[in-house]
Amino acid sequence: MKKYTDTGKKDTRSGYGAGMTVLGRTNPDVVALCADLIGSLKIQEFIDENPERFFQVGIAEANMMGIAAGLTIGEKIPFTGTFANFSTGRVYDQIRQSIAYSGKNVKICASHAGLTLGEDGATHQILEDIGLMKMLPGMTVINPCDYNQTKAATIAIAEHEGPVYLRFGRPAVANFTPEDQKFEIGKALLLNEGTDVTIVATGHLVWEALIAAEALENQGISAEVIDIHTIKPLDEEAVLASVAKTGCIVTAEEHNYYGGLGESVARVLVQNHPVPQEFVAVKDSFGESGTPAQLMEKYELNNKAIVKAVEKVLKRK
Amino acid sequence: MSNIQQLNDLATQVRRDILRMVHEVNSGHPGGSLGCTEFFVALYNEIMELKEQFDMDGKGEDLFFLSNGHISPVYYSVLARRGYFPVEELNTFRKIDSRLQGHPTTHEGLPGIRIASGSLGQGMSVAIGAALAKKLNGDNHLVYSLHGDGELQEGQNWEAIMYAAGNKVDNYIATVDYNGQQIDGATDDVLPMGDLRAKFEAFGWDVMEIAEGNNIEAVIAGLKEAKGRTGKGKPVCVLLHTVMGHGVDFMMHTHAWHGKAPNDEQLEKALAQNPETLGDY
Repeated sequence: MKKYTDTGKKDTRSGYGAGMTVLGRTNPDVVALCADLIGSLKIQEFIDENPERFFQVGIAEANMMGIAAGLTIGEKIPFTGTFANFSTGRVYDQIRQSIAYSGKNVKICASHAGLTLGEDGATHQILEDIGLMKMLPGMTVINPCDYNQTKAATIAIAEHEGPVYLRFGRPAVANFTPEDQKFEIGKALLLNEGTDVTIVATGHLVWEALIAAEALENQGISAEVIDIHTIKPLDEEAVLASVAKTGCIVTAEEHNYYGGLGESVARVLVQNHPVPQEFVAVKDSFGESGTPAQLMEKYELNNKAIVKAVEKVLKRK
Repeated sequence: MSNIQQLNDLATQVRRDILRMVHEVNSGHPGGSLGCTEFFVALYNEIMELKEQFDMDGKGEDLFFLSNGHISPVYYSVLARRGYFPVEELNTFRKIDSRLQGHPTTHEGLPGIRIASGSLGQGMSVAIGAALAKKLNGDNHLVYSLHGDGELQEGQNWEAIMYAAGNKVDNYIATVDYNGQQIDGATDDVLPMGDLRAKFEAFGWDVMEIAEGNNIEAVIAGLKEAKGRTGKGKPVCVLLHTVMGHGVDFMMHTHAWHGKAPNDEQLEKALAQNPETLGDY
């Protein structure tokens, strides 16, 4: 199995902040907005270096989305920043009408997604955001897996014309993808080749999938691991090529199984190449307070849960 | 265009367009459209500096955003008669495969439209964003927007009102169609909004009123005064007193025609009160 090294735990939101710093220096059209969460979004450096290109909107996310839409009229590329919950559910109609339907080039950048926000609990732990955003026509949905990939994704979406939802998280997690990678929107990354089962993961679950693959290798099971950082548009070819080889699949995500990556993959499979699929995802519930590790254990979103799902799907082959 | 008679003729023709458009498809919103006719005619023909060709970014020209998108008939008619698209296209309003959707949208590429509106309360935020972009671009042109008074019941407006004053967005004029009516009745009955002037002022805006919002000369004078108040550190609010349904006697002073089309007989009566001036589409 291909070996990946954690170069030191880092939060993906800091990858966003680092990406914004680069954009601040390289792309004069990029502007940033924030709804009273500068520290959480890690964009202080961008603000210090480009004060005229930063807009503090206060605790008023609906207004932030509208202002962002308006800023595109005049060729700015606005990046909005707040928690995932307040980036989606709270402002769905603003995104729908003023950004998506209006075809505005706004980058909706959402931190603290999923359960790993931790102790704040369910009011802040959105597990429905991927579904909400992927349903909007024309919206690109990206959930990178580590610091380096989040930084690369942040830089890449500035070059993409059209609305993007970029989802990342709060906790420090393994940083294992290349430092200066080029991020290709819509292109899945084959992290480990395997023959018995395909594991398709997104966000924080990608590292867990690699750990799971190692554990499976010790059991004599050869797992193919694919990092699907772009949920929409989904790299259908990568998924289909893999299941053609393995004949079964496990999807893994820090999201409700309604509306998430798993459902997107299932649609591709039933239309093209039906194979057994198991879901590692939140089973239609809200979250709760706890440490990220406790929550991922309780809600079965870690490497152990992936191994269990693989064992189950192999029996259905 | 500067002759008042010509502008009034245009307003009368726009009213005919509005009535014929909503009658044709038996749907749409004539009341607010008729009430805002003078505002649109003045804005697009006397007030705004506009480029010959439409482009989405609108650099080097004034911009307008319609927040209360349901009064699309007046918007479409004035845009068409200003040359943004063929006047004959008004005949496609609300029909299948049309660029003239029920509510304005950029989606079908209709020249003149820069944002979708219809779901209420969003236009002021967008206008503020466009005004901020103008400042960043060193573009001294202004941004205008129109809002229904009932629409101010949407909370997002007050986020935007707070932001614009707090951040001195002073290249922006927001006009409120102050007709006191909404779908379910008088605004005072549905959800009383109190003293709008005092509210805007309390938020830090420079507020002025146009008492005769259906008098073209008063509207032009008022909007010119509003322009003169820009660039002084405060966003400008114009409370435009209009009569919903203005120009058609049986549609005036009532919410009944907010979103209802006239039948054949009513259309005939309404058109008789607004004789053809520039030619029907």
